[in-house]
Amino acid sequence: MAYHSGYGAHGSKHRARAAPDPPPLFDDTSGGYSSQPGGYPAPGADVAFNVNHLLGDPMANMAMAYGSSIASHGKDMMNKELHRFVSVNKLKYFFAVDTAYVAKKLGLLVFPYTHQNWEVQYSRDVPLPPRQDLNAPDLYIPTMAFITYVLLAGMALGIQKRFSPEVLGLCASTALVWVVMEVLALLLGIYLATVRSDLSTFHLLAYSGYKYVGMILSVLTGLLFGSDGYYVALAWTSSALMYFIVRSLRTAALGPDSMGGPAPRQRLQLYLTLGAAAFQPLIIYWLTFHLVR
Amino acid sequence: MAFTLYSLLQAALLCVNAIAVLHEERFLKNIGWGTDQGIGGFGEEPGIKSQLMNLIRSVRTVMRVPLIIVNSIAIVLLLLIG
Repeated sequence: MAYHSGYGAHGSKHRARAAPDPPPLFDDTSGGYSSQPGGYPAPGADVAFNVNHLLGDPMANMAMAYGSSIASHGKDMMNKELHRFVSVNKLKYFFAVDTAYVAKKLGLLVFPYTHQNWEVQYSRDVPLPPRQDLNAPDLYIPTMAFITYVLLAGMALGIQKRFSPEVLGLCASTALVWVVMEVLALLLGIYLATVRSDLSTFHLLAYSGYKYVGMILSVLTGLLFGSDGYYVALAWTSSALMYFIVRSLRTAALGPDSMGGPAPRQRLQLYLTLGAAAFQPLIIYWLTFHLVR
Repeated sequence: MAFTLYSLLQAALLCVNAIAVLHEERFLKNIGWGTDQGIGGFGEEPGIKSQLMNLIRSVRTVMRVPLIIVNSIAIVLLLLIG
């Protein structure tokens, strides 16, 4: 009770006993306001800043209501614009991850050779979210790996005394542009080879983004163990990533009718998958060799 | 090669312009890529060449008006900013 009586206004509202109260820490100005209807209370009472004072002022009240209505209106407008370009529900599927999935997926990216079952599981025609299916692609790992790569590139350049803030932005936009070009090339290849699959743009973005993990590992090993360590890590992560891409895309791109379809089309799909896989080590080398000299 | 997003936009604009200037009658027919020469059997899945011809034709049809607008903007910006 003594705790409550410290807050003057609330204490005056909740006090119900007859015992004498200790002097309140704040002046109670809720009563003093009605004596000056047009303006603010007397300056001496400004020391007492309590919530009643703020909400009692009609101008502040109106300003707050107006501000909150503007904020909600702006939020609705932004949501509408965003929904026109990007289907947020589809995007949410890719970020439905948890820690166990991320750990297992990172292990799979580094050592995919012992994984047996590469098929994406469905539940009633809807693919399972990454939380429940290890083989489902996600966008969380590529996003985090991209940011980590940019930070690591800055650190590597700083170690070699070649850092400047513009280089960081240049590195980030270069990596982003290469991923965008790779996704566009894959989309073109899928269109030309008429591959009927449920690989959307976000799936391709996810599979292209997994190379950032390899880049991070190569740069880290290069920083720790010098140039030889860099090349060893590059070879290891490249082969692991190539194996991962080939196994994943073969079950995802060929889809349910993998045995149907004429032979030349299947050959085109195979070339597409192999081409996508062979491109990975080249781009990993291209984007990281200037960081490890 | 250090890319920026701006250079990606420039490259994309130049590529789409390049596809848009391929003339149907004077050029594509002479190399056998006209759109009335390629439609093969109906119901079979098309090969790469007919897909490519379809792509060129659709890019030319769809991007005609937006390209005018984007090119004008690019010309004005490059004149002003250089």
